[in-house]
Amino acid sequence: MSRRTDWTGILLAAVLGLVIVVPLVVVAIWAFAEVWRYPSVLPQEFGLRFWNATLARPDVWAAMSMSLRLSVTVTALSALICLPAAYAFARLDFPGRNWLFLSFLASHAFPKFGLLVAIAGIFLNLGLISTFWGVVLIQLVGTLMMMIWIPVAAFQSVDRRMEEAARDAGAGPVRVFWSISLPQAAPTIFAALMLSFVGTFYETEGAWLIGAPEIRTMPVLMITFINNQIVVQYGAVLSVLLWVPSFFALLFTRRLVGSQSFAKGFGV
Amino acid sequence: MATLSLSAIGKSFGGADVIPGLDLDIAEGELVCLLGPSGSGKSTLLRMAGGFEMPDRGTVRIGGADVTRMPPEKRPTAMVFQSHALWSHMSVAGNIAFGLKLRRLPRAEIRSRVEAVLELVGLAGYGARKVWQLSGGQQQRVAIARALVLEPQILLLDEPFASLDQHLRERMREELRDIQQRLGITTLFVTHGQDEALALADRIVVLKDGRIEQADAPDVLYRAPATRFVAGFIGTMNFLACDIRRGRADHPLFAVPLALPDGPAELAIRPEALRLTPDAEGPVRVRRVTDYGSHVLADLETDDGERLKAHCPPEARPAPGQRMRLSARQLSAYQQGRRAEASPAHLREGALHA
Repeated sequence: MSRRTDWTGILLAAVLGLVIVVPLVVVAIWAFAEVWRYPSVLPQEFGLRFWNATLARPDVWAAMSMSLRLSVTVTALSALICLPAAYAFARLDFPGRNWLFLSFLASHAFPKFGLLVAIAGIFLNLGLISTFWGVVLIQLVGTLMMMIWIPVAAFQSVDRRMEEAARDAGAGPVRVFWSISLPQAAPTIFAALMLSFVGTFYETEGAWLIGAPEIRTMPVLMITFINNQIVVQYGAVLSVLLWVPSFFALLFTRRLVGSQSFAKGFGV
Repeated sequence: MATLSLSAIGKSFGGADVIPGLDLDIAEGELVCLLGPSGSGKSTLLRMAGGFEMPDRGTVRIGGADVTRMPPEKRPTAMVFQSHALWSHMSVAGNIAFGLKLRRLPRAEIRSRVEAVLELVGLAGYGARKVWQLSGGQQQRVAIARALVLEPQILLLDEPFASLDQHLRERMREELRDIQQRLGITTLFVTHGQDEALALADRIVVLKDGRIEQADAPDVLYRAPATRFVAGFIGTMNFLACDIRRGRADHPLFAVPLALPDGPAELAIRPEALRLTPDAEGPVRVRRVTDYGSHVLADLETDDGERLKAHCPPEARPAPGQRMRLSARQLSAYQQGRRAEASPAHLREGALHA
């Protein structure tokens, strides 16, 4: 069987690849370069000196652990709050449903920094500035829209007949949600969880404005590094470190979403 | 097993009466088919029996107990859905065992009951498969097994064979009938396939606009449709408009004596009740001939432009354009939409000639 080569597709892939991959490769090379002077294409000296220097710093490890703890907490809380709400939006009809649903856009409809400053003022009175839970709260707001809108679409696409069949078999509404709707919507919900995890991990403005000076996440630390000393390698090493969680998230998502049991839709 | 009775049941959607008020009693072990055009309320009726729709009026009783306000999970009914509605994230056995697990049965009993019901639907050894690995017919059987394993008092089926091809549908309905009779389970079946209803049902309920047009055994329904609507809806029927004048129909083809009051009427003749004889002077002309294998369908036209359909045996296949003489073995008349009671005594086989 002969297939025509899709040159447009290849060209598009090449351009996208160039734009996305090349900067990443450059940063990755910088992370392992000890001497790299213009106009050489590759560094003159490779080495792990900056890695040793970076990883020897306790504040890097503290920030990494802080970022992970924050992201896990925010994602878990967001799921706990948003998934039942998303189910309600998808399946129930109540007064003000559409207005409430659209209101989740509000937090993204205004310039974020102004909003953050206003919230920071309130948090200052509440004693939440520079606390772990203060940052959790502010980052939670950032995940709400994604964690409502994406799962709503996921729940809406679950065949209602499947839920009815479970009711028919003797399951109450909560059991139906837990045993049928949630697993059926799982791949999409998982994608939303990953997006909110990664989004929280890289969130900078809120973490900085509310968390400083006590709470220092990886991106906040990186900003201080870059501001204090223009050594490209420090930034590069931290960047590469920052890729690690999203890389694992990506692998995990591929495994789950690509797996046969979910890829094959049924009865639709 | 139990009886199912719907009394004065009514349902409206958005102010429009889908079912204005209807009574239906189903005996123990009976298989009743709900038949009707789209929007006639048959699915709504079934869903009210299953508890998926709350009736606005009337009561639903199962085995004499009022279940009108009972949610589906509490009712002794089991539903088989048109789309199968199998849970694709579970195995075949997982689908069937779900309801049993909710009832907190011991694990060993669940396993043995799942195996027994898989055996019953002819899928022994398929328990570990994923549902999407099965063919359409197998999925349908899993859906039936999932309903049967709970030993429901009432089995509800919502066009369960609609997505299957012709052969599979015929086989599945034989198998379903077989299982239903073996278990003696009271069954309400929604379909818009009339051949399915005729083949399966003890009794067919024909619905139109949420009202029962006729509820009778399949042979009665086919041979003596009570209304003009049922006569036209079940099978093919030739309707010939005429007037009754002094006890006689004035139709040029069938000027038969009918003891009916004067006024407009329609003569109704099944295509298989018509017999064609070639006759150059005959009153009808063959327009088209379609061969269905088992019989040949001739499309006829009178000189007035009136159209009729007639079955002929394949060996007596007429040619298009040929003129024919017609005789009817059986004929009935409808006045004001209802079957006219007076059937002339001499309308017996071969007695009527055009």
